[in-house]
This record gives sequence, C-alpha cells and structure tokens, in this order.
Amino acid sequence: MVLLLIAVSFITFTLFQLGPSDPASAACGQECTPERVAEARVALGMDQPFFLQYAEYMRGLVSPRMIGAPGAESVCQWPCLGKSFQTNENVSDIISRSLPYTLSMAVGALVLWTVSGVGLGLLAALRKGSTTDKFIVGAASVGVSLPIPVTGLFLLLVFVNQLHLLPFTTNEINSPFGAQGPWAWVLNYLLPWIALAVLFSASYIRVTRTNMIETFGEDFIRTARAKGLAPRTVTFKHGVRAGITPIVTMLGMDIGLLLGGAVLTEQIFSVPGLGFTAVRAAISGDLPVTMAITMLAAFFVIVANVAVDVAYAAIDPRVRLQ
Amino acid sequence: MTQTYPGAPAAFPSPAPTPAAEDGGAGAFLDVRNLSVAFPTDDGLVSAVNGMDFTLERGQTLGIVGESGSGKSVTSQALMGLLKGTSARVSGQALFQGKDLITMSESGMRQLRGRNIGMIFQDPLSALHPFYTVGHQIEEAYLVHHQASKKQARAAAINMLGRVGIPSPEQRYDEYPHHFSGGMRQRAMIAMALICEPELLIADEPTTALDVTVQAQILDLMAELQAETNSALILITHDLGVVAEVCDSVLVMYGGQCVESGPVDEIFYDTRHPYTLGLLNSMPTLTGTSGRLNPIPGQPPSLLDLPSGCIFSSRCDYAALAGTDVCREQRPELLVEVGHGKRCHLSSRQLITIRTSR
Repeated sequence: MVLLLIAVSFITFTLFQLGPSDPASAACGQECTPERVAEARVALGMDQPFFLQYAEYMRGLVSPRMIGAPGAESVCQWPCLGKSFQTNENVSDIISRSLPYTLSMAVGALVLWTVSGVGLGLLAALRKGSTTDKFIVGAASVGVSLPIPVTGLFLLLVFVNQLHLLPFTTNEINSPFGAQGPWAWVLNYLLPWIALAVLFSASYIRVTRTNMIETFGEDFIRTARAKGLAPRTVTFKHGVRAGITPIVTMLGMDIGLLLGGAVLTEQIFSVPGLGFTAVRAAISGDLPVTMAITMLAAFFVIVANVAVDVAYAAIDPRVRLQ
Repeated sequence: MTQTYPGAPAAFPSPAPTPAAEDGGAGAFLDVRNLSVAFPTDDGLVSAVNGMDFTLERGQTLGIVGESGSGKSVTSQALMGLLKGTSARVSGQALFQGKDLITMSESGMRQLRGRNIGMIFQDPLSALHPFYTVGHQIEEAYLVHHQASKKQARAAAINMLGRVGIPSPEQRYDEYPHHFSGGMRQRAMIAMALICEPELLIADEPTTALDVTVQAQILDLMAELQAETNSALILITHDLGVVAEVCDSVLVMYGGQCVESGPVDEIFYDTRHPYTLGLLNSMPTLTGTSGRLNPIPGQPPSLLDLPSGCIFSSRCDYAALAGTDVCREQRPELLVEVGHGKRCHLSSRQLITIRTSR
C-alpha cells in the first residue's frame, strides 16, 4: 500500500517536472525581473536537483520540515504537503477545505445510485423478459450513454432555470450538520447527485441484472424453493447475498474514484471540491496541491480496495482466512 | 391388490383408482395421470414430458430411469411445483393424498414443499448455499414449517445430522458446505430434505456426483431412513445398478415418455421393451468377453419435433418385426399386463424371443 503511494507520488512529481509550466515565473507576478524569478525559484525550492526536491517533499510526509525562501523560512507541520505556489496557503488547509464538498457529493450520489441501480437491476432480473425488464434495460442503455455535462446542464436548465424548484448549488453548505440543516444540504446537492447517479446506476443496473439472473438459475436457489421458503427469503437471503459480490467490487472502485473528486460534475455545478481544486492547480502549475490531491485520490482507491476485500470476507465465508 | 403390484405404475389410459391401504380407498398416495411438460422456446415447443402415468404408495420406492434429456428431472420438478412461475406448460394431474399438485397454488405448494414432499438434488456442492453454514440451512428448512425457537431448531438439525451419519454433528453444524467432503455434503442434503419427515421424498440422481463407495453408503442411508419414516421414495437415476439395489418398481423413460414400467425384477429379468433391453445390454459386465461397451446406436430424438410413430423406432433394431412401417407411423400406447407396462408394437411373445436370443 505504501509502495503504491510512493509510486503514484513519484510519477506525478516526474510528470510535473517534464511539463511546460514554470511555477517560479508564475509566482513572481507581473513585474518580474530575472533576479526575482531566480529568488522565487529558490524560495519554492525549485533550484534543487530533481531527486533532492522529491526527497525533500517526501520527507515532509513523515516529519515537519522548513519551507520558504532563505531567511524567511517557516515550519511546515507534519503532515507537510507543502504550500500552494499560488496562494502560499498550507496545502493541508486547502484539502481540508475542499474535502467536505467532495464527500457531500460522493455520499449522496453513492446512496442514490446504489439504491436505484441495484433495486432496478434486481427488479429487471425478477421480471426477466417482461415489459418492465425491457424498459429498465432500455433506460439503462440511455443512461450509460449520457455524459455528465449533458445530464448536468440539462438538470440545471430544467430544475433551476425553468421550474425554479431547486436553488443553484452554493458553496456555503458542505455538510448535513451545518447551520442550515440536513434538508438544505440534500436540496443543494440533489442535482449533482442525480447527474452522477444517472451515469453510474446505468452500469449497476446491467451488472446487477446479469448477475442476479445467473444466481437465480443456481441449484441452491432451487434447493431453497424446495425447502418451502417464502419467495422473499429465496430472493433476498439466498439470491441477493450470493449475487451481490460483483456489485461490491464495482462499488469499491467507484467510491475510491469518486472520493478523489468528480472533476466534471464539480466543474458543472461549481462545487469547490477536490476535483475542482485539482484541475485549477494543475492548470496553474501548483505542484504541491496537484501532488497532494493525486496522492489522496490514490489513497482513497487503495483504501476502497482493502474495504472491498474485507466486505468479500464478510459476505463469502470461502474467502475468509482460516 | 391382487391385480396391481404394490407401487406399480398404473395402466394407460388410467384404470379405476387402485384401492389404497391407508386412507380408506380415497386413491393412491401419489397418483400421476397424463402428466405433460412443454417449454416454449425460440425454436418451438420442447415437449420434455409427454403423458406420464404412475402411482406410488407409502413405503415404496419407484425408480425413474432414462438417459439425459429423457424428462426424468423435469417430471420431478413438475411434481415439486418448481416449474410454477416459469415459462413451462404443465398439464395433467398429480394427486398427492388426493390433492392435485399441478393445479395447486404456489402458496399451497409452498406448504407442502419441504414439509410433505422433500427433495434431494444431484450435486450437493451446487445445491447447498455456499455462504451459509450447513446447520443453518438445515435449521431453516425446519423453521419454515414448525413453530419452534432457534434453539429447538438447532437441536433438531444437530439430531438430524447425527441421524444421517455425520460424526460430531455439533461441530459440523457450524461449518460451511466447502468444509464438507462430497459424501458428507450429500448426507447434509439428505438431512435437510428429511428434517420435516416428508411422506414423499424425491431424490434426483442423489449419487451421481459421488464416488462408488460413498454411493452405496448414501443409498443404504436413504433406504434406512425411508424404512423409519415409511415414506414413499422416487429415485431418479440413470444408474441401473442403483435401481436394482433399492427400487420396488421401475419406470423407464425415453423421449419424455414412459416406455416400460413394472416391478423391478420384471424390468430386469422379463424386459419387454427394446430400449430397456438396449440399456441393460449397454451396462458393462464383469464377465463380458469383448471388453467393449455395447451402446445403443444413434441419438435420442429431438424433443422439438418428436416422430409421429414410436419415439424409439429410429434406433430400434426390431422395428421391422412389427410389420410394414407400423413402428414409424403409429405411436404405440402403454399396454399394461399384470402391472407390467410396455409401449411397443411388438407382442410380448416377440419380445421374449428377442430377449432370449441375445
């Protein structure tokens, strides 16, 4: 896990070095002289050789380090992710400010698409071949082919601009425990949730349907029916538990990805989450911010994978360690 | 009971109901009449079972024999009502203690399943749920039909595991199917089917997935438990050795039809159908001289498009003996003589000649 994070950080760092951006000249502002660029370069630590820069950065992840121009250094407390080249803020502050927005988006969308995707997929599997099934599968095909910018802008146009049913997403609400209460939080993020859910639940419907149809054909389902169990018990206790494992895998992957920031959705709904921040940082050549968000995203993906393994063991006794 | 051998298949068309010993002449314990099952597919209607008739009394064992696709398993699933809610078209009658299983509602059927009719499946590894402990699965079958506490159900399940010969049942109770060996799994499966002591037990190839030594143990166990509970047993198999060992009467299926039926000894020693003869002839023998098996040449007919004449005629060596093309043009009826039925145009005399000549 640690090795993976090191690899991700190294690749990001290298890519940044190879890129065309020059943070030093960007940082020294409009009235720039070559001397001031050189000063800025020293202050940002970019006068050092590549490997030293990388080593210094990584050292900050395990211990406090000094940062800034000679004579004007300050202590960067652990975990030191550096300071933004743009605003000179601590990167950890930027992240802790952006994360609640991303979490708000991810949690709601996740619940929405899991419930709708798995629910509709299961319904389609139970009614295999019926009109309901065909309708759900058709809707899923449409949903999966609608990109976020289309659904997002469409939802904004209809519900905010035309019907005035929902407010435009504001940055003031980033948690259900805030001053405005959970309901305002739900309303604020409802549209981005729906936009994400339309896209994701489509693939969940398809995977759930396929897996459940396969599972319902298994011998142990026939055994459960032969015992005289009620259809509900057969479907949920015997069927869903056995057919759900691929969904858990998908869910783990998607949670990991989404927590790293839903770039497009955050852009369209102007939610200043991790994805939004990362895009701005990458464009302006803000290495510490880009690095931190990339590593955080990788961290989430890794954690999600571990969580999937744990969930697997909980569901399927055959993968438990003896 | 002078005319019909106990548990022997009834005549076709059905004769007057056989007087039953137990419920005061209300009819046989299980009386299946003209049972047919068809599956609509994209290629047409698949006639899996065509007009099956048989009766069965408590304490008796009926063997249903036939090759793959002959309709054995579909028959059993139709009896269990497991085809309800699928696209299968089931017709005919199956009177179980006077109640028709075919027209019975799904909820009525659910009361009977597991409680009055138990079923043992072929491959215990896939028939047991991989995610629940063996004990839990047995207990579940008990709880669904009894007003009992978890503790009582657990005790019943442990007791049943012990009865089917699983050592240290209390520990095995909490283990998963993948911890069990093949034979143990089938024992657990039997425990699950028998926990409510059903009056009718349907075993669908219970020993096919097991090795030979375990097969014998499982068959002995089933016979023992059947004797204890005086239940009726339908044993579906393609293993004639198994049939000879445990069955009272036999029903030979071919292409979804019963081609021969009767008491087990008569089927083996007084065979009256060329297909049954072929089956018996294809069994390897210890004294055989050629060292090769004698299969029946050809393929079973497509169930999508059954021939209008005798279903077996295209593979039958003796079709010419019955006279010009009668076997290919006319479907023979199941003729019953003293409890022994055959679906063949050849006369019993001709069949005896054929049998003695091979």
